[in-house]
Amino acid sequence: MTHFLDAGLGLKPPHFDAALDCSAAGLWFEVHPENYMVDGGPRLSWLEAIRGKHPISLHGVALSLAADAEPDAVHLRRLAELVRRIEPALVSEHLAWSTWRGAYHPDLLPFPRTTQALTRIADNVSRAQDALQRRIAIENPSHYLKLDGHEWAETEFLQELASRAGCGLLLDVNNVYVSASNMGYSAEDYIDAFPAEPVMEIHLAGHAPDPNLGKALLVDSHDAPVSPEVWALYERLIQRIGTRPTLIERDDNLPEFAALLAEREHAATVLRGNLAEAA
Amino acid sequence: MISAGALSRFQGDFAQALLATDGLSPPAMAAVTAQPAFAVYRNTVLKGCIDALQANYPAITRLVGEEWMRAAAAVYARDALPGQPMLLQYGADFGDFLTQFEPAAELPYLPGVAHLDRYWTEAHAAASEDTLVPAAAAQLARSNFFRVRLQPHAATRWAWFANAPIYTIWSRNRSDDTVDGDIDWHAEGALLTRPQDAVQWRAIDEAGCAFLDTCTSGGSVADAAQAALEVQSDADLGRLISVLLEAGAFSRLHIDA
Repeated sequence: MTHFLDAGLGLKPPHFDAALDCSAAGLWFEVHPENYMVDGGPRLSWLEAIRGKHPISLHGVALSLAADAEPDAVHLRRLAELVRRIEPALVSEHLAWSTWRGAYHPDLLPFPRTTQALTRIADNVSRAQDALQRRIAIENPSHYLKLDGHEWAETEFLQELASRAGCGLLLDVNNVYVSASNMGYSAEDYIDAFPAEPVMEIHLAGHAPDPNLGKALLVDSHDAPVSPEVWALYERLIQRIGTRPTLIERDDNLPEFAALLAEREHAATVLRGNLAEAA
Repeated sequence: MISAGALSRFQGDFAQALLATDGLSPPAMAAVTAQPAFAVYRNTVLKGCIDALQANYPAITRLVGEEWMRAAAAVYARDALPGQPMLLQYGADFGDFLTQFEPAAELPYLPGVAHLDRYWTEAHAAASEDTLVPAAAAQLARSNFFRVRLQPHAATRWAWFANAPIYTIWSRNRSDDTVDGDIDWHAEGALLTRPQDAVQWRAIDEAGCAFLDTCTSGGSVADAAQAALEVQSDADLGRLISVLLEAGAFSRLHIDA
């Protein structure tokens, strides 16, 4: 597996100009493709301008691969068009569903991890990879609810999914921290059990206590810096699996671009430290 | 043992529970909806829809205020979740919704303003094409108007509002600038174009709208000129065409053999 990139940043429109001007070595950017599935105009021009200077990762939020239905053909075709146009270094999606019977729910919704679900999702991921003509990475979601009927531990489910569909995985370390806290299991154990080989990308982000429930429920809010606990889990992960492209994900409460670059440098330092140790 | 179809049933029930008011969730979801964390999903789904509508209708939001807009958006969203995930396209018929929305009855200009917000989105996201340059007017002047057709650019949108100064109200509320002064209550039209990859707008008269209507249905320049004169007998056709060309309203000039 080629590890073409080190640390990257999620990119939001207020930072487009700064991103264009930035020449930090190895820097790459990630965007949600749904915001660029337009016929033409300034959005595509912006993205193509960024792509002219930096590698791009397309991180989808809406293929609804865990729905008990095939991925929407129109949505998949538009994603494939964007992939052809942008030639992204990475394409990823979520182990979640959002579209049901033609209605899109703007969220990443949970489901019981059954063998039936695994079969359906592996088929959906294969269809997506066929349409996009590339391997994609599937991300572990954040969990808030206790659901009955799980037949698989999530790490084993993802390992089996990667094996059946030939897809990669995206390990979101913040989601692990948030889920472990909400569900009451050990984040370290989850990180240690996560299949190493398929990991194509790592996400780091901030979280926040729920406004009503406080720390009893952490929300994967992407509106704050990466927490010290998540950094510690990240270092633990990199020591075990080696370097992987790592993204600082920030969607809300955007700071100055320089502040994000500093967080990105933190991740790059961890990756470089691992490379130096391995040498 | 989970029977076939269990995932479908779960997703149908979960989706229904997300929008259900208390007590009306499917019984199979009782253990899920009883958890305080279920509200995180309910709130995220509804907030995602409301945020998208607020972003797509900025002039409406400025006119009625954020609180009113978000309340109206919540009513709209509960009845019509997005039909696809590109949220820039969500709420295409929000203007029509406002015509039926009781609290908007005292603001009869809101639907028209919403239509122009929607036209801005359509212009912003339309296919990229070359723009016919104003110098084409010279070629046009030498041509036989019965054989020449002007094709509106994919991003060009226009509308005539016979009952209210919708363009003035919309354009004053589309930016953060404060424009004072009374609004003269008269009919007016709006033209939106995207000549340099950025949406621009200007007022347009009824003759200009009729001219563009005819162009878009494939009529010749002569047909379009006649349509313009029918709605406005004193229309200055030379000026009309040069205004449209300068706005970048057309993509191509066809000369029929």
